[in-house]
Amino acid sequence: MNRNRVLVYGYGNPGRQDDGLGPACAERVDSERPPGVVTDSNYQLQVEDALAVSQCDTVIFVDASSTGVEPFSYTELEPSNETTFTTHAVSPSSVLALCRDMYGKSTRAYLLAIRGYGWEFGANLTPAAEKNLEEAHRFLKKKIHELTNAAPRRGPLRARNRSFATSLKIYC
Amino acid sequence: MGRKITIEPVTRVEGHGKVTILLDDSGNVSQSRFHIVEFRGFERFVQGRPYWEMPVLTQRLCGICPVSHHLAAAKATDVIVGAGTGEGLTPTGEKMRRLMHYGQMFQSHSLHFFHLASPDLLFGIDADPAIRNVIGVAMKHKDLAVQGVMMRKFGQEIIRATAGKKIHGTGAIPGGINKNLSLKERDEFLKGADPLNIDKMIQWAQAALDFFKGYHSKNRSMIDNFAVFPSNHLSLVRKDGGLDLYHGVLRAVSPEGKKILNDVDYQDYYNHIGEEVRNWSYMKFPYIKSLGKKNGWYTVGPLARLNTCDFIPTPLAQKEFETYKAYTGGKPNNSTMHMHWARLIETLHAAEMIRELLLDKDLQGTKLTAKGAKLREGVGLIEAPRGTLFHHYKINDQDQVIMANLIVSTTNNNEPMNQAVAYVAKSEFTGKPEITEGMMNSVEVAIRAYDPCLSCATHAIGSMPLEMALCGPDGKIIDVKRKQG
Repeated sequence: MNRNRVLVYGYGNPGRQDDGLGPACAERVDSERPPGVVTDSNYQLQVEDALAVSQCDTVIFVDASSTGVEPFSYTELEPSNETTFTTHAVSPSSVLALCRDMYGKSTRAYLLAIRGYGWEFGANLTPAAEKNLEEAHRFLKKKIHELTNAAPRRGPLRARNRSFATSLKIYC
Repeated sequence: MGRKITIEPVTRVEGHGKVTILLDDSGNVSQSRFHIVEFRGFERFVQGRPYWEMPVLTQRLCGICPVSHHLAAAKATDVIVGAGTGEGLTPTGEKMRRLMHYGQMFQSHSLHFFHLASPDLLFGIDADPAIRNVIGVAMKHKDLAVQGVMMRKFGQEIIRATAGKKIHGTGAIPGGINKNLSLKERDEFLKGADPLNIDKMIQWAQAALDFFKGYHSKNRSMIDNFAVFPSNHLSLVRKDGGLDLYHGVLRAVSPEGKKILNDVDYQDYYNHIGEEVRNWSYMKFPYIKSLGKKNGWYTVGPLARLNTCDFIPTPLAQKEFETYKAYTGGKPNNSTMHMHWARLIETLHAAEMIRELLLDKDLQGTKLTAKGAKLREGVGLIEAPRGTLFHHYKINDQDQVIMANLIVSTTNNNEPMNQAVAYVAKSEFTGKPEITEGMMNSVEVAIRAYDPCLSCATHAIGSMPLEMALCGPDGKIIDVKRKQG
């Protein structure tokens, strides 16, 4: 059976308490090794991630959020050309725009933003963030199952060129 | 009426920075300051932890150059385990670390040039910020953008093969390394499918230099005259005076090229380098003690390294170095925008070093660590992409860290960045009735040349607004502009 190729990409600094929620979530997914899914993680997103994103059908970025919805939000993303304030780190929407402009690919993308509370030096998540991670992970497993069992897109995936738009479908 | 202009934070610079420019009643710049919010708490955080954790723990400082912290901490702990001060490692241990370091240098410099600096060069400082960014480069100069991505990826793969993983690599340990390079890994870098092989990387590094030199030939006035000011320069150099980014002795030269620190052992850095605290910045101001606080500040990084070294020990980079040095008649180069030129020469050198190391059979050696009589104190220095990085630890009988002092590259460049901002502020803001995007970006271009990494460890969503405030002499905001990050 042809499955959708799904990339789960957690980003954040595991040495800064809840900033490590993204990598922690990706690690959980990786330990379960669901078919059709690859995982990656890093301190932050970078320009070269556009290449990895271009090689999958769907990408789910997982990040910590300091002000977002509790316990998490799940949002569909669109490419965005808007200026970001650092390119030592780029936003998920900018990665999608780079993917579109450099590789001519339009990968379906979502952002799972898990609410965190502590950002000091330290390797452990706060108890409240740990609880949010549990719920987000449970939700993510279901989503991955749906995505990997959906029929893959046919033909080359071309850029839809919907710049400057942001996403906004929040599922919870 | 006097005015105070605040730009916060600086765009495309890591972390959180703020520029304040104070105009007097006549519209002249009376003061300019570059403030940095830096997490100084890290040195206290590591106290009480076992020393052998430092190479992994200190990577948490920074998401951009964790490898530099990993290696500087490893070098300091080498001293503690009695493996010497940079020359006591096994050949495999030292060369694997060098490979990791040159991989880091290659990918970091490539990112800076292609994705941070090139938008200013390709579109101009006055261009609309909506296109003067990395995505603008991807749209209008796709080949360059793809090249930058692949060069960065190649460097990242070198790091993965030597450090073990992308986040919190564990390759370097006190006294050596925990793995060698397999023949399979080596061959992937030497003969990988186009373009991911070292020969293509060298070719692209040369092409990037040609691109810069071509731009320079058409824009000499801007490149040569933008933020030029005399500075001392400091870096490690090899004992014979050659460029060495991993290990060496500490050398500093004056703006005219006179040696101030003449190849001293960095284990005694604290006898030569002081750190001044100023009440308006979280970040310290390092200085060379023999020159005092006022005159002892210095520049680190690519420009400084090519000012302190006598030659580059790889042939292609040496040839470029000769052209570069001839441009200033052999004297130290004090042009801020020439930092990009120096950085690209180092990128080529890093690629050449990677090839040289990959061909060295010591990388497949099995003696990975060395140790000797234990010491209670160690200093590790390395030339990180942005400049000299100092790690200094003292431990107790229980092997716990009781003192840590870190001077990061951006701290070393604190005063030069302030000097560069002052230079641009005076030339761009004096007598101007309003602040244009071009004026704002001129300040940012000056700062970006140093590629500062301010404090990037936490990036949680929604934490990076850009704010520019115009204030009167009483501090009251007259106007404020904000963009969300």
